Amino acid sequence: MVNVTKRIDGRKQDELRPMEAKVGIIKRANGSAMFKIGNTIAIAAVYGPRELYPGFLQHPTKGILRCEYNMMAFSGSGDRVKPGGSRRAKEISLVTQRALLPVLDLSAYAGAVIDVFIELVQTDAGTRCAGITAAAMALADAGIPMKDLITAVSVGKAGGKLVTDLNYLEDSEEGGVDLPLAMSTRTGQVTLLQMDGILSKEELKELLALGKKASEKIKEVQVKALLDKFSGKE
Amino acid sequence: MSKLLVEERQMVVPGQVLAEGMDYLPGDLVLRDKDVLVSQVVGVVGVNGRLIRITPLVGTYVPKAGDIVIGKVVAVGFSGWRIDIGWAFEANLGLKDASSDFIDKGSDLTKYFAVGDYLLTQIVNVASTKIIDVGMKGPGLRKLSPGRIFNVGAMKVPRIIGKQGSMISLIKEYTGCKVSVGQNGTVWLSGDNVENELLAISAIELIEKESYTSGLTERVKTFLEKNKNG
Amino acid sequence: MVDVVKEHMLSILKKGKRSDARGFEDFREIKIEYNISKSAEGSAKVSIGDTEVIAGVKLELTEPFPDTPDEGGIMINVELRPMSSPDFELGPPSHEAIELSRVVDRAIREGHALDFKKLCLKKGESCWMVIIDIYPVNDAGNLFDAAGLAAMAALQETKFPKIEENNVVNYKESSGKKLPLKAMPLCCTVVKIGDYFIVDPDNEEEKEVDAKLVVGILEDGNLCSMQKTGEMGLDANELEKMVDLAIKKTKELRKVLSK
Repeated sequence: MVNVTKRIDGRKQDELRPMEAKVGIIKRANGSAMFKIGNTIAIAAVYGPRELYPGFLQHPTKGILRCEYNMMAFSGSGDRVKPGGSRRAKEISLVTQRALLPVLDLSAYAGAVIDVFIELVQTDAGTRCAGITAAAMALADAGIPMKDLITAVSVGKAGGKLVTDLNYLEDSEEGGVDLPLAMSTRTGQVTLLQMDGILSKEELKELLALGKKASEKIKEVQVKALLDKFSGKE
Repeated sequence: MSKLLVEERQMVVPGQVLAEGMDYLPGDLVLRDKDVLVSQVVGVVGVNGRLIRITPLVGTYVPKAGDIVIGKVVAVGFSGWRIDIGWAFEANLGLKDASSDFIDKGSDLTKYFAVGDYLLTQIVNVASTKIIDVGMKGPGLRKLSPGRIFNVGAMKVPRIIGKQGSMISLIKEYTGCKVSVGQNGTVWLSGDNVENELLAISAIELIEKESYTSGLTERVKTFLEKNKNG
Repeated sequence: MVDVVKEHMLSILKKGKRSDARGFEDFREIKIEYNISKSAEGSAKVSIGDTEVIAGVKLELTEPFPDTPDEGGIMINVELRPMSSPDFELGPPSHEAIELSRVVDRAIREGHALDFKKLCLKKGESCWMVIIDIYPVNDAGNLFDAAGLAAMAALQETKFPKIEENNVVNYKESSGKKLPLKAMPLCCTVVKIGDYFIVDPDNEEEKEVDAKLVVGILEDGNLCSMQKTGEMGLDANELEKMVDLAIKKTKELRKVLSK
């Protein structure tokens, strides 16, 4: 399995792109964070708990989590992304909500909503994962009780090899595999799993292991950004 | 074999494992997950014997009966007022709780409190997250006079007030400002001039930022001494 | 009804100061960061105090409008996304977002910031459409000035992408050629609170604004657009005073842009 041939951008198979994270970037929000991985930049803001309208959407015993993923119009790698949402953005919003919900304790917020807004400023694949990673930090910044941070990364197959953190060229490769993954690294619970491409069962097992390893590295970045904010280092 | 993995006063993040084994007990904002204890928020560790608890550095205000809060009158009805107390749902101020005077039902309630007024009020009952009653009968509870209204992190309020109000007294003493801090994180502040108001606000910001450190009262005192106006 | 917050603010204004100790004619600190999105053909982030706005330019190859066959075009879109303020909601653009878009658009269009003729590649067949998308990241007041500044800063940075065979745009490669900018219209907002005229209102001041005038101004001090908003009217003297102040302050804004 050891293969020394480098990837299109010179990375090793299990190498993540350079990362940067910052917590508390939007003053008017209850919580916020930025996460950059390679050329993908996501920002996330958390508002709430606040009253959920219309009332019939409210849950009688717990708060509701609402997530909204959006690419800024100029953030695509080609043509302008028309504002107003797309089927893709709606699906990503939904899987983002499902990725984050399992670790949140919303029992104190019956009837209320916690809103998570994710905006992509610049993209080079891995946008939903970057958004989830930023959103987890923003939720922690807002002080919503959670069992763990959620960490997300995309793994897959490019150039016939199993790789971590695909960039746009790898992601758009014919015959490639993209497998976005989110997890609680503490418990090993996977909370987002999507895949497109053709994959063997054995390869899936290997990809999950690659994903876990990468998630642990991303989590270090999340933890550092949180500690930096609250110890005043920023 | 149980093992403590953090130190007293250590800053931790959500999901961080604080202790392994069954000997330690989960206190505030600590969750037992099988055989480990984990923090649920960003906060500071406190260990008291076998009990581990987290003092949060973040978090939104959740109303509790007995809390003194600052709220804004957002509506006046036939039988009372609706008050925005910085929570997802508005609180209710009923005629009985509004004043020790008898208020006749159907009288012009705006004579007492009008939309836009700010009140230092107390939460008298929390029936559910959506049914909250506040009252104005208690020492110091009042309609607030002209001043600034701003918000601080609700979790930082105990530090801003200090033991027996020591910290807030210090700020009042050095700046001459009148200050009321609601447990919901809403602050009302009024001083003789902008410079003193801004000094008081800077001191409050300093406390918010360094709330997790020890020796804070001394540092705030030094800060106020160094920056005092005139 | 006595608004205790406004009354207190007015008592400070009466002493010639503002709540954050600024003078009436003082802007908060302005910063510009260029090239904040590599996916855009040009981009910038402008911060005025705690207000932060980002703008990105995309260039699309398209057919000219039939009534202007030898010109390219411009489109400006401001989205008040709920990320930047608890007051903004999801859904179609609000009246406020559309007003903001159109006011910035008018300043840039009527100020002839771009030479539309130079955006035409082949008469009646192909031209560039310049699309500026503007997003507040944190709304701490004065979005009009911040949006106007961010739009111009992004335009300054914009370079045409490469055109391949059959008029296919290759967004991955830049041609290195800059946009044909010929003027620098900027927006400056002056607001009236009580009897006082101030610039660069923060979000607390904006809540108390009685009347507001946004003026688009060119390098030579000529006006290229105006928009009066707010609940109260303004008389001719007041308007003149506000325009004078806007002209004066735009000179300062311009210095921040000319890096």
